[in-house]
This record gives sequence, structure tokens and C-alpha cells, in this order.
Amino acid sequence: MLRLPPFTYLQPKSLRQALRMKADAGPDGAYIAGGTDLLPNMKRRHQEPKVLVSLSGIRALGRITGGTGGSALSVGAGVTLTALHTHRRTRKRYGALARAAELVSSPLLRNMGTFGGNLCLDTRCNYYNQTYEWRKAIDFCMKKDGVICWVAPSSPRCWAVSSSDTAPVAVALGAEFVLVGPETERVLPAAEFFNDDGIRYLTKHPDEILTEVRLPPANGWDATYWKLRRRGTIDFPVLGVAVWVRWDNGLVADARIALGGVASYPKLVPEAAAVVVGTELEDDAIREAAAAAYRPAKPMDNTDFGLAWRKEMVRNYVTGALEELKARRGSGTTKRDV
Amino acid sequence: MGGRKGRHQVVGTPRRKVDAVSKVTGRTLFADDIALPRMLYGRLLRSTTPHARILRVDTSKARALDGVHAVLTGADFPVPFGILPVSQDEHALCPDRVRFIGDPVAAVAAVSEDVATTALDLIEVTYEPLEPIGTPEQALDTEEPRIHEYGPSGNIHKLIDLEFGDVEDALATADHVREDLFFYGGNTHLAMEQHAAVADWSADGKLTLWSSTQTPHYVHRALARVLELAPSRIRVIATPNGGGFGGKSDPFSHEIVAAKLAMLTGRPVKITLTREEVFYCHRGRHPTLMWVKSGVDRTGRIKGMHFRTLLDGGAYGSYGVASAYYTGALQTVTYQVERYRFQGARVFTNKPPCGPKRGHGTPQPRFALEVHLDKIAEDLDLDPAELRLAHLQPPESLTANYLRIGSMGLGACIRKVVDGAGWKERFRKLPYGRGIGIACSSYLSGAGLPIYWNHMPHSGVQLKLDRGGGITVFCGSTDIGQGSDSILAYIVAEVLGVAVADIAVVTADTALTPVDLGSYSSRVTLMSGNAALQAAERAREILVRHAAAKLDVPAERVGLADGQVFDVENPDVGMTFAEAVQAAEAAEGTIGTVGSYTPPRSPGRYRGAGVGPSPAYSYSAAIAEVEVDPTSGIVVVPRIWIAHDVGTSINPVNVLGQVEGSVYMGLGEALMEEMVYRENRNLVHKIPSMLDYKSPTTLDMCDVVTYLIEDPDPEGPFGAKEVGQGPLLPVPPAIANAVYDAVGVRIDEVPITPEKVLKAIKDCDKGRDGRFGPMRFPDVPWPEPTRVPPPWEGGDGRAAESGAVGAGGVRSSSVSAPPVPAPEERQH
Ligand SMILES: Cc1cc2nc3c(=O)[nH]c(=O)nc-3n(C[C@H](O)[C@H](O)[C@H](O)COP(=O)(O)OP(=O)(O)OC[C@H]3O[C@@H](n4cnc5c(N)ncnc54)[C@H](O)[C@@H]3O)c2cc1C
Ligand code: SF4
Repeated sequence: MLRLPPFTYLQPKSLRQALRMKADAGPDGAYIAGGTDLLPNMKRRHQEPKVLVSLSGIRALGRITGGTGGSALSVGAGVTLTALHTHRRTRKRYGALARAAELVSSPLLRNMGTFGGNLCLDTRCNYYNQTYEWRKAIDFCMKKDGVICWVAPSSPRCWAVSSSDTAPVAVALGAEFVLVGPETERVLPAAEFFNDDGIRYLTKHPDEILTEVRLPPANGWDATYWKLRRRGTIDFPVLGVAVWVRWDNGLVADARIALGGVASYPKLVPEAAAVVVGTELEDDAIREAAAAAYRPAKPMDNTDFGLAWRKEMVRNYVTGALEELKARRGSGTTKRDV
Repeated sequence: MGGRKGRHQVVGTPRRKVDAVSKVTGRTLFADDIALPRMLYGRLLRSTTPHARILRVDTSKARALDGVHAVLTGADFPVPFGILPVSQDEHALCPDRVRFIGDPVAAVAAVSEDVATTALDLIEVTYEPLEPIGTPEQALDTEEPRIHEYGPSGNIHKLIDLEFGDVEDALATADHVREDLFFYGGNTHLAMEQHAAVADWSADGKLTLWSSTQTPHYVHRALARVLELAPSRIRVIATPNGGGFGGKSDPFSHEIVAAKLAMLTGRPVKITLTREEVFYCHRGRHPTLMWVKSGVDRTGRIKGMHFRTLLDGGAYGSYGVASAYYTGALQTVTYQVERYRFQGARVFTNKPPCGPKRGHGTPQPRFALEVHLDKIAEDLDLDPAELRLAHLQPPESLTANYLRIGSMGLGACIRKVVDGAGWKERFRKLPYGRGIGIACSSYLSGAGLPIYWNHMPHSGVQLKLDRGGGITVFCGSTDIGQGSDSILAYIVAEVLGVAVADIAVVTADTALTPVDLGSYSSRVTLMSGNAALQAAERAREILVRHAAAKLDVPAERVGLADGQVFDVENPDVGMTFAEAVQAAEAAEGTIGTVGSYTPPRSPGRYRGAGVGPSPAYSYSAAIAEVEVDPTSGIVVVPRIWIAHDVGTSINPVNVLGQVEGSVYMGLGEALMEEMVYRENRNLVHKIPSMLDYKSPTTLDMCDVVTYLIEDPDPEGPFGAKEVGQGPLLPVPPAIANAVYDAVGVRIDEVPITPEKVLKAIKDCDKGRDGRFGPMRFPDVPWPEPTRVPPPWEGGDGRAAESGAVGAGGVRSSSVSAPPVPAPEERQH
């Protein structure tokens, strides 16, 4: 079978310890949470850390707190995807996020995979997610070991795809991320955590640990997440559509639409969101918003399915998501059956 | 071959497989589970270029690495091999030439997989690139370089041209003529277990190989040939296969290399392939382009059919010659075809070799034929189920190409699914977006001829009767999950009137078991079943003779049931089975019997008649229901009704399992599975992983309503015919026909992806005819046809003019599809 490269595995008990171990290891170190992304990638020599600093022994990262009586919900980065989507409060008040978590991979991987790991997920490309020998056969690309981009050979950058299911939802909900570094602690709006670059896809410093995700209090808004993939399970999204709307007297007072799977980051499409503000999500408004989301979506030919079809599906999925929110309007709840 | 009439105690009753508990509790030992003392780990270095001369292989650094015990290159394997005698074109390691990305070039044995992996990185190979050939069209157009030095010309591996009656004349006089082009994408087996082999070279100079192979006998032969060792010094044991589906039917490099490494190092060596390597071993479904032109009368009776296939063979011969013949062999066995012409071509390309996958060469033409018939039915304004029912090939008949049909339950199959699915009420009557479609098929219960020419039995069984009452069945057959071990036990238990639990089954071990050719062509239940039946009947005779003497009743009055041997007219008088064995043993000495099976000779006498004959043909009919989202082209299949004529179910739950598994595989081929290579990037496999090669998951699986049609076939043990492959065949065309019923577009190729469906729907919306499929069949330098008059035109199974076979006259022709506007490029 494919072998992992050799590494040392460290299991700190506290954040401080983890930060120190990582600092000591320098560029050869990496954090590992559930390992469901990192370890397969290491087998294919995408990352070759010599020291893995595990975050799974740090209790504080595994908590879900708040979220009652109009307070914000705080989710530890180490919470597993299973815990995230089965937790009563997320299911009840943050259905879109629970839904996205539930749609990730398979039950076994969700038992191991964490929310934090999902947000930090490496970008994907079918020229890159291949073994070392395979990549050698066509010559390496710039994301690892090479200089060219095989998807767009004249491009100076890498177009690997943001393939996290929860990331677009976090962005659409306007979540905040807490990052703890050796000397710093900062809070970033979700959208600023991601970068439109297949290689430097996070704005996070390599030593920083994502400790917590803060979700806004659940009142007056509704959201949903639609995922496109070939099969009913296991597959990464080739398109994710997260839509958030704030209702005011039956009209959309504010909206955010974020697309996953079409760029190297979860892509907000404000031009599409702007269309629905002030409307009741009438059919015309939905159609226009879908068209506005379709235009800037630029999937590349590096995932399952053809790019033209994936782009076209942006229209369908934005339409579907908005129609779902419209249907739920006035039901007086942001709950969604998951 | 019959079997005793009347009520059965074992046959026909649903029961657990003999190895079921071991399998589900994880106790079964697969090849990779074997760990021997001092075992080394082998790995293969594979080509990173699709087509090249090997200039140099420098293994010095790898040899110098600590923990490496041996390094091999092509120079260590001068003798070629290949599954078919006519295609001995593979080497365990390539000596001078690589032909696809994944072709093995060197190998190491080391103390661990990690060290072996590191050692591979240290081997330096210098290649001189040759022009890679990516498509069959390119293969036909490229004289030089040739991927192989054999075959009629250039990169053509095999050309076939057979004509049964004057088809041109039939087409000219038919009421209606229709011409269609189809493409069936290549796909792979995707067995859960990766191939693995462990070799041991004993201090006494004997080689043992444990391997997850479907064909230990052929591996035995290949090892003897390549290693230049007497067969008597080689023992091949096929471990239980974690699925095979045809992907473990060839002898493979890793098996031969493991053996050689064990011989060199004197230590056991294990090689387990990675999933990516399994994609490179491949031997899966040939991508096949097809052209068919049929002339029918007003009722849809096929007066003449002309069928052409072009198979993309990949880099080696494998079973390819047989595969090519199979794309033309079984068109005639479902509905009567009065005159028939088949032209088939297989070409080499620089991609992993294609070979036999479940249905071997027949799902592609079956797809084409069944969609073609659906279109003909519409042209003639006939119900496609009725059209089929009206022209069934009769039982106990000969076909135009001299296949002998025995029992034939297709009519019953069609009627079952038509009733079950509410066909009459729903066909062409469902709302836009929903549809149903029908298709039928047939498959062999074992190939009539062996892979290498010989007159010996295809399957042999030995029975050993123990005085304690236990029975051991020895047979070379290989259980690949299909349940063949269980079938042996059931049949022997039935004949000897003992419990299945009293039977021990020893299979697939060339040192212990008589030859069975292997688990392919759906041959095992019929052939090893018949051999077991014969051995058991012979044992029964011995026991009856001695029990009769002891009981002092005539032999005809002795019965065997429930572990007792007794007087049927006075059942209280008798003895236990063990006592009967003891009586026999006391009188005759050790009790053992043998049985064997050789298929009947087929009436075809022309060259090429060897592919297609079978002792019995199974039949299936399926109706698929689909939901098509016209805004995305996404096709969902909620349900499939399928009826399968299995002759007799020896174990009905096992039969159901095979039907459902076949439907599952057919669904994947119909909707998503495809081997895709990057033509602009060195022909590298685009998606060589379980995650990216899309095969349906549990959530994508449809409901299956199965009907078993039981009409015992005289050739089968207790009347049994095959079920392992046939039920896959009608699934893709039934789905394609249902898509047309749902949204009015013809997707004339599989997989039927949302992109293709959406494109066709848009085309339709623009007023065009909404077809997605190939546009052209390229020029092929067909040979002169071998002309064989069909039986009803005075033929005797021989070619008409001697000397016509392979005669020089080469002519070329080109055919286009019916005009379809807006040519779309096929995307692969
Ligand atoms: C077959 C398969 C299918 C999959 N399908 C999907 C899918 O459909 N959708 C999807 O979104 N994902 C999918 N995944 C990816 C993965 O399982 C999930 O994204 C999972 O949530 C990753 O979490 P983890 O804890 O296992 O991350 P890890 O593998 O442990 O880490 C991933 C990366 O994040 C970093 N990291 C993790 N936690 C932190 C932290 N707290 N602070 C800083 N850095 C951190 C690690 O250093 C590493 O670089 C799939 C994976 C596989 C193998
Ligand atoms: S987008 Fe280009 S650079 Fe990035 S991983 Fe894919 S091929 Fe490599």
C-alpha cells in the first residue's frame, strides 16, 4: 500500500505546549487534528512534515458553548464534524452549518475529521491530488515540486479549488475565527481567513492555531447550503452554495451568497446578494441573483465534471437555495430539517 | 447433465454460503493477510512515460541501500507471456520498451515496504520517448511506431470479418433499414481487494505462490513458462478473492516477480499492489465504438444485421482477441437474426491493457443492439417489449452463427418485468422528466473452448469419503466471492444426502486439486458443478452397492437422505452415512471418486467459431425507471425490475445476490464509471483512485425487483445456468431507453453523464434531434469476409469458400451516422 513518510508525532495537552512544539519544529512541523486530510496528502507527498503536533489532546478545542437565548455560539476547532452536525443547538439554530458538516465525506471520516481541519482543508486539484509517481509522470506542478500550472499553463498562480463544505457556510453566516499564535491572539472575519490562491489559501500564519469559530446569534436570519457532487456521499463538493438572508417584515434586509468549489477560496458574490435585498425573493429576483452569481463563477478544469457544466449549475443551485429560503419565509423559524 | 429428479433437500433452498461467517467476521485470510517468517516485501517500479525505449536502468543505488535484498529488471525475464497463446506479448518487467504509464520496469525486495519504496526512488531509468498513441483513430492512422511487432499491420491487433448469409441483399429487400452509431466507454472492475501475491521458494526447491487470482491454473502455466521451471515444482494457491470481476484473470507481473524474488533471495516475498497500480493492471472493459445497420420487416423481424466494432485494446493483447470476437458473438442469441455480418477490429494504444470485465466483450454490443431495437420499435410504431417478444430465438435451435441454444426463458423474463413494472400503463405515458425503458440480454454459462487448445476436461473434481462420515471435495475452481465453493458443497450434499456442514471444500490449489480452468465466463457452477455431480453420483453408486448388500435389499431401493442410507420402502431399516462409508471401505478399500466435465462440441466449424459457443445461455430482461432533471441533466434511477432465466437456482439467495450485484455494476457503467486518460498530458490516467474514479455508493444504488425464471436446462447441474454476469448487460441500455422516454433525447453512449444529457436536451429545445453520441466510424482495412451460410440456407457450419479466410484482398470502407446537426465532439 501507499506508505506514509516517516515523522515524529507529538501530543501536547495544552495550547501553549502545542504552540511551543510547533515553533521548535519550525517549517518541518505541522498541526494535525483528525488527520483525514493531512495523512492522505502526506502519503502522496503533498506535505512532508517531519514533526506532527496533534491538536486532539487539547480539551479546550473540543467544546461547543453559548448559542442560547440570543447569544453567539462558539464552536471549538477540534469539534468533530459528527459532533457538529448532531449537536442539538447547531441542528436547531445553525441548520445550514450542521447540514454542510453532515454532507462532508462519509460517517467514518466525519467521526475523525474536525471543524477546524475542514476550514483549513488543503485546496484540491486533480493534477495535484495524485501520488508522487503520477505527478512525476507529467512533471510536477507549482503547488508542489514544480513550476508550471497544468490547468492553466500560462498562469502565474495556482488555481486549486477550495473544497471545504463548511467554509462557504462560515463565510455566508459572517462567522468569526479566533487564531492563537505564539505571541498573538486575533479574531478574523471568516471571509478574511481565506485567500484566492491555490497555494497560499489561508491568511493564517503557519504557527497559528485556529481555536474557535464564533457564530452570530441566531435571530432574524435564515441560511442554507446546497452541495453538488456526483454521488450521494464521500465526494468533495464540485460546487457549494451557501446563502444567508436577514428578513425584515417579509423583505430581505440583507443577504450573503458564498460559493465553494469554484475558486481557491469560498467566494462571496455580493453582486448576486445585492439583487435580492429589498425583495420578497420573487421569481424574478431569484433569477437575476442566480445570473449574477453565475457570471463571476469561474471553475477551472481540475475537478470532477466539466467546467462548463459546473458553471452552469451555479445558476441552478443558487436558484434552488433561494427558493428554499423563500419557501421557509414566514414560517417564523430558521430551523431546517437536517 | 441433469441430476436426480424430484424434490431436492439442498438444491433450491436459500442458505448461507459455506464461508459466510468467516467473511463477515473478518476471519477469511486474503493474500495480503499472509505473513510468513522472514518474509520480504516487493514493489514494482512502473513506467512514468507512455511509450518509450528503455535505454538504461541503473539499479546500483537501490542495490546499495540497507535492507534491500534483490533488484530485478527486464533482463531477468527474457521469456514473454500472455493469457492467450496468440498474444504472448508481455514481460514480467519490460526489457526494452514501455508501452503505458504503469508498465512495470524494475522490482525490489526489501525488509519492509518502506525500504522497498525508498529503493524504487533510487532506481534511475533513462527513456527515449516514442510517439504515444492515445486513441483508436490514431492507432489506425499510425503505421510507425508500432506498439507491438505483431498483428495485421501498424497498430492493429486483430481484424475479424464474418458473414452469415448475404446481408447486403437482406438490407436491400427489407421493409425498413436503420443505421446507428454507439460508443461504450471503458471502465474497470474496482474489486475491493487489491491484487496481492506471496511467493515462497522452499529449501527443497519448490515454489509456492499464494495469489488473489481467478485463474490459478493459467498462473501455474505462466510461471512454469517464464521461470523455466517444471510445473511439478510449482504450486499455485488462489486465495479467496475480495472480488475479481475479470480483473484477476490474467497472469500478472507482480505474481511472476514475487516468485522470482523468492527464488533469488530464498525468503518469502509479498507484493501487494496499491490501488493506483490496480488501475494500471486494469484488463477492464474495452472502450468500444460500434456501428450497426439492420434491415427489418414491418413486425420488426431482423432480416439482416451488419455490426461493426472498434475496440481500444490498450497496450497489450490480454484476452483481447477473444474480447473482439465477443463483441460480435451473442447478437444472434436473443432475437432471430436471419442474416448476420460482423466486422471487429482491436487496436493497440498506449494505455493500460483492456481485457475481460463482467460480461466480457458483450455489454458493449448489447447496449448498442438494445438501444438500436428501441429506435426501430419507435420507427415502426411498435411497443419495444412486444417487438422483442415477437421475434425470440426459439429454444433448442441454432443461430445464424451456429450457436446452439438450449433452454430459452427470455419470453418469460420479458413478461415478468412488463407486468411487474406496469409497462403497458406507463411506457410513453409518464410526465416529462420521468421515463421507463426496456432491454434484454443473454450470456454464456461458460465458454465452450479452453484458452489453450486441448481435449481435456474443463473442470475436475475429486471426492474423498471419510469413515467418520465427512466428505472432502477437491476442485481447482476459485471462489471470488461468487460462492463457487458453496455450490460444490451443495451439489455433493444433495446427491449424497448429507448436511452441507459435513462437507469440506478444498479448492484452487494446483498441488491438491484437479484442474478447473478458472472463474471466468460464468463457467464454474455449470462446469465444476457438473464435475462434482458426476463424482458424487459415482460415490453414491459405491455406497448404494455396499449398503444394499448389507441391508439385503435391491440397490434401486436404497435411498440417501438426512445423513442416512436406508430402504426407501421401509425407511426404518438403514444405517448412517458414516456406516455406509465404512461398509464400502471395508469391502473396497479407500473410497474416493472423480468427476469431470467437458462442454459439448459446438456445430460451428469456421475460423472464429470458437468464441460464443456455450453449453447453455442465460437470459435477462430489465426495465429501468429514471428521473431526469431537465435543468441539469442529472439522471436518477429509482428502480430496476429485472428477470433472469437461471435454469435452476441452486441457492436462490446467492442468485439474487449476483443479480443485484450485476445491476449495481451495470448502473455504475451506465451513469458514471469511466477510465479517463489525459490525452494532452502523456496519456496519464486521470483518476486512478477509489475517490476519483466514480462508482456508485450505497446511496446511489437503485431499488431492484428481481424475478428468477426457472426452467431447468439439460446441460446444467440440476438444470442450473449462469447468473454472475448476464444480469449486468440489460441495465445500461434499459437506462438509455428510459432516458429517451423521460426527456426525448438519445444518449448513444455510456456513461450517460449529466453533461451529455443536458447538452442533448438543449439541442432538442433548439429544434434539433437531441442526440449525443459518436458521429463517425473510422476507416478500417477490413479483410475479405469469411462467408458461412446460415443453417437455414444450407450451411453446415463451415466457411463457404476455402481459402477465403485471411485471404489478401483488403478493402476499406467508411460509414457515417445518420445526419445529426451540430456535431459535438466526444469528450474523453
Ligand atoms: C475520501 C475523503 C472524502 C472527503 N470528502 C470531503 C468532503 O466532501 N467535504 C469536505 O469538506 N472535506 C472532505 N474531506 C476532507 C476532510 O476529511 C475534512 O475536510 C475534514 O474536516 C478535515 O479535518 P481533519 O481534522 O481531519 O483535518 P486534518 O487532516 O487534521 O488537517 C487538515 C489541515 O488543517 C490543519 N489544521 C487542522 N486543524 C487545525 C487548527 N485547529 N488550527 C490550525 N490548523 C489546523 C492541518 O495542519 C492540516 O494542514 C474528505 C477526505 C477524504 C479522505
Ligand atoms: S491549479 Fe495548477 S498549480 Fe494548482 S494544483 Fe492544479 S495544476 Fe497544480
